Amino acid sequence: MLTLGGRRVLDAISTTFTPGRVTAVLGPNGAGKSTLLSCLAGLRTPDEGRVLVDGQPRSALSMRDLARQIGLLPQGADVHWDVDVATLVALGRYPHRARWGETKADGAAVARAMAATDVTQFATRPMTALSGGERARVLLARVLAGEPQWLLADEPLANLDPAHQLGTLECLREVTRSGAGVILVLHDLNHAIRVADEVLLLCDGRIIAQGTPEDVLTPQRIAETYGVSSHIGTTPDGVRFIVTSQMAR
Amino acid sequence: MNRSLRLNLALVACIAVTVLLSLMAGKVWIPLDAWVAGDPRWPIIAELRMPRTVLAILVGGALGVSGAAMQGYLRNPLADPGLFGVSSGAALGAVISLYFGYTASAWLLPAFALTGAGLTMAILALLVGRSGSMIVFTLAGVILSSVAGSMTALAISLAPTPFATSQIVTWLMGALTDRSWDDVWLALPLLALGGTLLALTGRTLDALTLGESAARSMGVDPLRLQLLIVVGVALCVGASVATAGIIGFVGLIVPHLVRPFVGNRPSAVLLPSALAGALLLLLGDCVVRAMPTVSELRLGIAMSMLGGPFFLFLLLRMRRGLA
Repeated sequence: MLTLGGRRVLDAISTTFTPGRVTAVLGPNGAGKSTLLSCLAGLRTPDEGRVLVDGQPRSALSMRDLARQIGLLPQGADVHWDVDVATLVALGRYPHRARWGETKADGAAVARAMAATDVTQFATRPMTALSGGERARVLLARVLAGEPQWLLADEPLANLDPAHQLGTLECLREVTRSGAGVILVLHDLNHAIRVADEVLLLCDGRIIAQGTPEDVLTPQRIAETYGVSSHIGTTPDGVRFIVTSQMAR
Repeated sequence: MNRSLRLNLALVACIAVTVLLSLMAGKVWIPLDAWVAGDPRWPIIAELRMPRTVLAILVGGALGVSGAAMQGYLRNPLADPGLFGVSSGAALGAVISLYFGYTASAWLLPAFALTGAGLTMAILALLVGRSGSMIVFTLAGVILSSVAGSMTALAISLAPTPFATSQIVTWLMGALTDRSWDDVWLALPLLALGGTLLALTGRTLDALTLGESAARSMGVDPLRLQLLIVVGVALCVGASVATAGIIGFVGLIVPHLVRPFVGNRPSAVLLPSALAGALLLLLGDCVVRAMPTVSELRLGIAMSMLGGPFFLFLLLRMRRGLA
């Protein structure tokens, strides 16, 4: 349980995330999605209850050990100094830092992360010279450079055009192939059914449902949670989609 | 050779040349051939110019690295080491010693100034508590700075004698005039410790480039960082004010001077800022000494005359960037 400003933001949440899978955390605005992610990443401590990482209480881990295991891509991540792309991605190695400078392993991890997000060609460009989409990919590369066992991303597709949204989703799926777990806060239900192995539906700080996208995202549950009616269909090439509309009054 | 190393070596070379100039320049020009122990002008070098030169390097370096650390920590290019009130607190301590006429011992004024800096730091820590919040930190600093400033003004207006008023006002202007080796030995350990603490913050300041949330998720301990910054800057600024009075703008200016050469990464700016701060203050001190004025121009005033227009230049550049 977590209370902020007198309001219970998370309440009786009990769930398990599986490594090697993409879990989409969904819910209306104010449902507690970002707060849940903050708790998992160690930025907030629940008033009651605890977070276990691989069976170990999160509080038993040092901040550095936790950061090695969990990489967080916060919502609308700012970059306060205009550094170049390679420098920014290398910041992802901070939890692994050796006492004296960058190691070969750091350099290799940074190169892999930049290649995975297709930003290698921007390496020497300053961040202010990038478009919104390029910037988002660089910020994702920063998290990937840390090679975390868990990647947490809060609305990673915001401000991206459709092509970059799909590219980013593919990149996040790729992360799970190494056995890492990915937990995404998403707003678009179509992105969730496209990328997620599992969906966690939140409303008013409580879990409404958890399971496969097919099981969780039913028209009835979407109506109860979001207050909209929906139609679920499949394209000729087998991609499922959800069309929402205002409920008839 | 990378560009940081090149800049640092160039700055060290410039400092070495300026040290020679600093030892030669003044109301009396002392050429190199007079630098022997038996020469009648040697005491001027050994007892006046050498400690003054060393102090200029130490104080300039400390103010430069403090400015770079503060700008990196607050992620604000207009941040200055005086922002959280330690320099005002140190100045108030010194002013109190002058107010009561405690100038019999060379150690009393610096001791009062250091006490003022230490007390300000302790109050700042109490006000900020364990929140680690940068906004609380900045606001608490501004409040302390304003309270110390008003108390200093009160001390000036209630000074018991015109002589005390004159002493206080003159001291507040900041200078390295008549400083001795005692001042160097007082400041050196404090500045060295403060500089070392700030040097330890480099990579953490880099992580803070991504904002507080991202930095914390990367394992940055905000309380530890705040402690290093507060104690490091307090030692550097407190010891600088204790020995040289208030010399503003060095910490604001030098990080901007080095960034075009080493980039914006906060850790890359720390060492060159220390070296550039030392060079700037050393050059400034040579200029004020060599100026053909009846009484020596105060170094603090010279730096303000340089800093004001520089601040304006920064503002105009930022406004152009926002347009």
